[in-house]
Amino acid sequence: MSQLDDLYRRVIMDHYKTPRNRGELEEGSVTVNLNNPTCGDRISLQLQLENGIVRNVKFTGEGCSISMSSASMMTEAVMGKTSEEALKLADKFSALMKGEPVEFEDYEDVEALSGVNKFPARIKCATLAWNALRKGVEHGEGKHEGIED
Amino acid sequence: MKSEFPILHQDINGHPLVYLDNAATTQKPRSVIEAVKRYYEWDNANVHRGVHTLGSRATDAYEGAREKVARFLNASSTREIIFTRGTTTALNIVASGYARQTLREGDEIVITPMEHHSNLIPWQQAAKATGATLKYIPLQNDGTITLEDVEATVTERTKIVAITYVSNVLGTINPIAQITEIAHRKGAVIVVDGAQSTPHLKVDVQALDVDFYAFSGHKMCAPTGIGALYGKAKLLERMEPVEFGGEMIDFVELHDSTWKELPWKFEGGTPIIAGAVGLGAAIDFLEQVGLHNIDQHEKKLTRYAMERLSAIEGLTIYGPREERAGLVTFNLGDVHPHDVATVLDTDGIAVRAGHHCCQPLMRWLKVSATARASFYLYNTEQDIDRLAESLVKTKEFFGYESIR
Repeated sequence: MSQLDDLYRRVIMDHYKTPRNRGELEEGSVTVNLNNPTCGDRISLQLQLENGIVRNVKFTGEGCSISMSSASMMTEAVMGKTSEEALKLADKFSALMKGEPVEFEDYEDVEALSGVNKFPARIKCATLAWNALRKGVEHGEGKHEGIED
Repeated sequence: MKSEFPILHQDINGHPLVYLDNAATTQKPRSVIEAVKRYYEWDNANVHRGVHTLGSRATDAYEGAREKVARFLNASSTREIIFTRGTTTALNIVASGYARQTLREGDEIVITPMEHHSNLIPWQQAAKATGATLKYIPLQNDGTITLEDVEATVTERTKIVAITYVSNVLGTINPIAQITEIAHRKGAVIVVDGAQSTPHLKVDVQALDVDFYAFSGHKMCAPTGIGALYGKAKLLERMEPVEFGGEMIDFVELHDSTWKELPWKFEGGTPIIAGAVGLGAAIDFLEQVGLHNIDQHEKKLTRYAMERLSAIEGLTIYGPREERAGLVTFNLGDVHPHDVATVLDTDGIAVRAGHHCCQPLMRWLKVSATARASFYLYNTEQDIDRLAESLVKTKEFFGYESIR
């Protein structure tokens, strides 16, 4: 069971069962809807960006323990960060999924997902929320015209 | 039986492989792999044109496979068998070549909510393009349909009834002969998605009296990329080709062309020759085992699986209890099916998790996804024991972890 224990660490199950920042934001926020058409996971992420800073972020959605816990962790990791820092964290997360040794100094919970890289079929579950974040931040900075579903 | 399938003899994550994703695709017996290999090593050439010996051999192999398919489905002639990439392409040929050319505004297409996307979206699109209305035969609580509802939904305005023989999620086996009788009485043609029935039950298109019947080779021991469309000759003759190009023409002038006869007018381009050879070998293999024996074996396995899985507390099984095909779709408490499939995979057990290309059906079931174990002739009761044991382990694992 060790490989499984590594995938489903206690901190992951905690975020899955008790998601942080789950819900919806009021007006003045960017909404990104993303899904994994192959498996049905979906996330709706709302970002409130003010002067280049992530003031608030919330998500709703449905999916497996990996996708939902990753979304919960992501919101905590990027809260209060600048857009630039948030995008850097997204890059770091991509590196983590490739099995590279990266550290999330400010928010270590995210590192619990390192075990996912041994399960190639599940990487797309873990990256869903981070892809939504990237789209939302880039949109907030005016790099994208619209937000695709 | 497992000895005939080389791929089944391997360890996955330290455990002997138990392959229970047969509704997605099946494994290939040695005889099919050998037939494809032999074709490429000895007979490969393009068909219907070479004067040389290999050209003749390749043509004989390809057309020989068509004869096998015609006999397998009991079609009245090889003219009624069109080789396609699979079920999806076959259904699209009917939707484009027949539906779009014959439907008028106010006409109806009738389908069911249990259809795979491949027997749903082509009709949605044909309806949009022609102004026809898409109607659904409602589902009963157990995931079956009643003949009364078929009678009520199919009207004099219905031109096409498109329905799956066997549901890839619910395991429901639809009464095709009776539905066909209703469709014909009201003046509609019937199109049957045979992707999940052809590998498992004896199909006789003449006895069923269906107008079109589609299936995929890869779900019945043949390679991927080959399947077939059966259509009654009188309907196929009326249809225009869907793809134009080489192979399907009779005479080509500068501004117009004429088409080859059936079935070749629907087979533009160099066909899937090696795939057809593999399909022929797969049919030989299945006939040698006997479709009746396969059916009986799967019925026994399914009964056993229903019994073993029903005994797991918190496990929900979808679809009818009795009279079901060889698959069990389920959810394990509130553990997400992806998580279930991942834990099973670490035990070497392959199942499918997701929406199974049936998003409307998932909404009807009020779930976002399900897990599915589907059986074939090489599966055993021991495979199901392994599945049941691993599911119990999954439950314990997530049950323990979820204690806050």
